[in-house]
Amino acid sequence: MTRLSKDIPTSGSGAPMVKAEGVHKSFGLAHILKGIDLEVNPREVFCLIGPSGSGKSTFLRCINHLEQISAGRLYVDGQLVGYRQSGDKLYELKEKEVAAQRRDIGMVFQRFNLFPHMTALENVMEAPVQVKRESKAVARERAQRLLDRVGLGDKTRQYPSQLSGGQQQRVAIARALAMEPKLMLFDEPTSALDPELVGEVLDVMRDLAEDGMTMIVVTHEMGFAREVGDSLVFMDDGVVVEAGHPRDVLTNPQHERTKSFLSKVL
Amino acid sequence: MTDTVDKIPAPSVPPEQIKAIPVRHYGRWVSGVVVIGIVALIGIAFSNANINYSVIPDYLFDPGIVSGAWTTLYISVLAMVLGVALGVILAVMRLSSNPVTSTVSWFYIWFFRGTPVLVQLLLWYNISLVFPILNLGFYKNEMNQVMTPILTALLGLGLNEAAYMSEIVRAGIQSVDEGQTEASHALGMTQGQTLRRVILPQAMRVIIPPTGNEFINMLKTSSLAYAVQLPELIKKATDISSTSLAVVEMYFVACIWYLFLTTIFSIVQYYIERRYARGSTRNLPPTPFQRLKKNLRMFGSFRRPEVAR
Repeated sequence: MTRLSKDIPTSGSGAPMVKAEGVHKSFGLAHILKGIDLEVNPREVFCLIGPSGSGKSTFLRCINHLEQISAGRLYVDGQLVGYRQSGDKLYELKEKEVAAQRRDIGMVFQRFNLFPHMTALENVMEAPVQVKRESKAVARERAQRLLDRVGLGDKTRQYPSQLSGGQQQRVAIARALAMEPKLMLFDEPTSALDPELVGEVLDVMRDLAEDGMTMIVVTHEMGFAREVGDSLVFMDDGVVVEAGHPRDVLTNPQHERTKSFLSKVL
Repeated sequence: MTDTVDKIPAPSVPPEQIKAIPVRHYGRWVSGVVVIGIVALIGIAFSNANINYSVIPDYLFDPGIVSGAWTTLYISVLAMVLGVALGVILAVMRLSSNPVTSTVSWFYIWFFRGTPVLVQLLLWYNISLVFPILNLGFYKNEMNQVMTPILTALLGLGLNEAAYMSEIVRAGIQSVDEGQTEASHALGMTQGQTLRRVILPQAMRVIIPPTGNEFINMLKTSSLAYAVQLPELIKKATDISSTSLAVVEMYFVACIWYLFLTTIFSIVQYYIERRYARGSTRNLPPTPFQRLKKNLRMFGSFRRPEVAR
């Protein structure tokens, strides 16, 4: 499995973690992404905001190949996502190669998507044991440590249905971290939560950002974007409308569409 | 949880309980009397009928009947195992994006679900007319030698069951949320791992109740194997009735055995369903056995009642 990463030299400190060049995505006749160009640097917290249907979630899902892009190029850590280039030809990666690429990319979903038939601890242990063939003892120890870290060390034996939304989302973050990813994708992680539970999840994410994790966050939490984000992109109708430092974009938007969107959400 | 509102003090005087005259349900009395009357008439009819009830206990544990019940049980289990295994394969084939496998699966279900089991059993029984010799390359024999009654019944019942099971399994797989597949894929799990570790365990909750139904059906449908000379319960009961002249009595004996087998399996199914309900119900209610244990303990009352797990 590690062969893939050996073929292509891993990027040095200067190279971007994620690089999108003219990324397009269509579902049948619906043209969702219309040419996205952006770069996410290592250790950066990169926030994506925009109205629903603007394509920000779709773009996030393209990064770990849950969706296949229709045109353009998408690189994670210098490696083409979902394809292998040989000369001027592109070859689709086999299922196992795609799975190997995804191991290094953690993803957190809006609806948590925890495995309901497993306890919190089993949820976190599952991927290291099944995918990395780690011993259960090692996986259990790490799972316990990660659950401690997200403040749920005493909930290891609970099933997801016995946890609150905020607790479930924190388990989901621990589950993604168990694979020791180099990049974390957050797809509106607090949108399905009661307002009083949003804070506990954002605290975990803030903690993660301080540890230097590269994070791409699709969010409606402008406060989080301003405080934790290193850069921010406003997307609308499948294109990047405005990009910059969160403080600049949020307080001093240049485009009309950004202004009208922010005036509604702030 | 902090209390920001002062607790309202409990009222010192208990509220006056409502005492009202309940609505009279005269219709219930009438229908109750009518139903009891009908049941009583049926009971009187059967007690005066030409049935020698006293022979039923004599034949209940007749060696022939017991061996017939045993054959019924094991052909049902074997046919069900074949049906479930093949059913899972057919369901995965049906859901696959490969048009060849999904069409073949569709066609299989169409044929085996669309023709009577009895006909399928008779076709297997007479297969030697079409293929007198079975030649698998490494194994060659006359078909008549190969197709014993047990194999005929197994193929007839099992292949038919597979068609029904595949639809049940497909419904179960499709009932699992799409997000589960996405989460597994995002963690780097392959399609096979996702199916085995995430999808099927959750699909089980949907699959098990109708599968239990299918098994209970199978216990009874296996009586059709009588037509292919399998010495199961009905075959044995009929054989005895032809010599003892206790025809209806022997069918009653068979019914008692069928009821016994289906009752036992209903209890097993209850426990299997609990096993796969993990994580879906916050606290599972105690099983009848746990309830009994708890009550016994309360009599002794030296240990705390156990919580259902």
